Amino acid sequence: MAIATTVLGRLIKAAITLLAIVVLNFLLIHAAPGDPAAVMAGEAGAADEIFIAQLRERFGLDQPLYVQLWNYVGNIIQFDLGYSYRQGAPVFDLIMERLPATLLLTLTAFGISLLFGVAMGVAASARVGRAGDSVITGIALLFYATPLYWAALMAVLVFSVWLGWLPGFGYETVGGGFTGLSRALDILKHLILPATTLGLFFMAVYTRMTRASMLEVAQMDFVKTARAKGLPDRVIRRRHILRNALLPVVTLAGLQAGQLVGGAVLTETVFAWPGIGRLMFESLQARDYNTLLGVFLISAAMVILFNIVTDLVYRLIDPRIGATR
Amino acid sequence: MSDFWSRFSRNRGAILGLVLLAAVIIVALVAPLLFPKGPWQMVQRPFLTPFATEGLPLGTDTLGRDVAAGLAYGARVSLLVGLVSTLVALAIGVPLGAVAGYYGGWVDEAAMRFTEFFQTIPNFALAIVLVAILEPTLTSITLAIAIVSWPPVARLVRAEVLSLSKREFVDAAQLAGLSNRRILLGQILPNAMSPIIVMASLMVATAILLESSLAFLGLGDPNIMSWGYMIGAARTVIRSAWWLSFFPGLAIVITVLALNLIGEGLNDAMNPHLNRKGRA
Repeated sequence: MAIATTVLGRLIKAAITLLAIVVLNFLLIHAAPGDPAAVMAGEAGAADEIFIAQLRERFGLDQPLYVQLWNYVGNIIQFDLGYSYRQGAPVFDLIMERLPATLLLTLTAFGISLLFGVAMGVAASARVGRAGDSVITGIALLFYATPLYWAALMAVLVFSVWLGWLPGFGYETVGGGFTGLSRALDILKHLILPATTLGLFFMAVYTRMTRASMLEVAQMDFVKTARAKGLPDRVIRRRHILRNALLPVVTLAGLQAGQLVGGAVLTETVFAWPGIGRLMFESLQARDYNTLLGVFLISAAMVILFNIVTDLVYRLIDPRIGATR
Repeated sequence: MSDFWSRFSRNRGAILGLVLLAAVIIVALVAPLLFPKGPWQMVQRPFLTPFATEGLPLGTDTLGRDVAAGLAYGARVSLLVGLVSTLVALAIGVPLGAVAGYYGGWVDEAAMRFTEFFQTIPNFALAIVLVAILEPTLTSITLAIAIVSWPPVARLVRAEVLSLSKREFVDAAQLAGLSNRRILLGQILPNAMSPIIVMASLMVATAILLESSLAFLGLGDPNIMSWGYMIGAARTVIRSAWWLSFFPGLAIVITVLALNLIGEGLNDAMNPHLNRKGRA
């Protein structure tokens, strides 16, 4: 019952947030230099007067601003994100077609970053103050400072161009004719470099968080009790410290995972990965603002959805979370 | 102060960061002296490899421009955008958080809903949209970065003010008849400075990463040479001319790393009671 109320509350909040983003989008279209009709048609700068006049009528730009806003919001509620004149398709269809690739990439990157981040954090905390700790903390610090598009480019250079181990381009082998399992393997090979480089930054974040969290929990009384009753160090670390240290890490990780969607723009651009990030980059280059704002809205929706899901998962795992809020 | 310095200098990483940052700042300052022709001038034939030609230590790019000159001028933009956007973000986040934390009630509620909204939107995507629609200029880039970076500041300042305003010296100030404004500005905020400074130093690093990422996507000011732009322009020739993307990236890593190290050092020095545990 409590869960149902929470879900409802979160959904209402999500709806309000999305509505605010839609209004923001509307304001941005009107704030853009040049004619809004031209902006929406992705023709800013290259104005054909008759075409623009037609567009203005079509978009109802002769009406008062609040009527326009009302119509705009109304359209978006019906999943009409406008039309991409550059790509010759409705924006919503373009996004849906590319969304699976982005989901595959970001979820894999999230998994990789969390898995390796936690493992490295645990390893560092077990060697605190010694050489192993310094090496891991140093690596984390380095990844934390590395622009992810540059890491992606360097990975292409090393693993694809120089070593030839992995493909550095695309989603699958074009014209490979793979089906079934061999196709899945082919996609997996293409996925490794983009997902790893996209996850590097957050891997560093999770390493640092896990290390700090492990060290903090290790100071607590129940750990002393466990030690006093003679449990081996390994068991204490795994069963007592790690389990309690993991929760804040995973909570924060879930909240930050949404930012991976933003990073996907860079990764997908480098690897020509056919997701919505790549679509965003293409729409930037073509000045196709309808598509740009559509991708922005959908990625925000993805972030919100992801946050709700993680929140619910944690409530199920740890009942304390619901009680404290 | 000397106490602060002795704690700061105990952190070897922080000293390294300080040295690296000083080097970057010096390069940025003397760029016009070292490369009077500017970063856009064609100086030699394109694609000269690094360490091969006299006077062109890092080679030339796809249009025959001096890579070293580009790096030096790029440092100026990175530092400038990083610093100014952080200041703007502080100018938004500090007052908002302070007012929310001090007055509480509906003011707090409204301010925090507003902050939460900006925190929910994917940062980088919002920055892209803002810069793309407002046209990429130095001003729009700086503003966009500030707009996506202020929410953590507001939250931090709110939490600090909230806990400080329960302290006795605030009660004393109230009894002494000081106005709310004077208590907030004169008593509470000065005591909240150290965490804000630590956060600001880390924000400059993030802002530099953001600026370079925007420029990489072609959302840089077209009149200004920047590291991100250099990497973006060299992206398609990575197979034949790796150094064109390698050196600007290295410059970014060094600068951002330096700022992060300094931020950690400041944290250790200014908040000794919050010192990360287990740090020997």
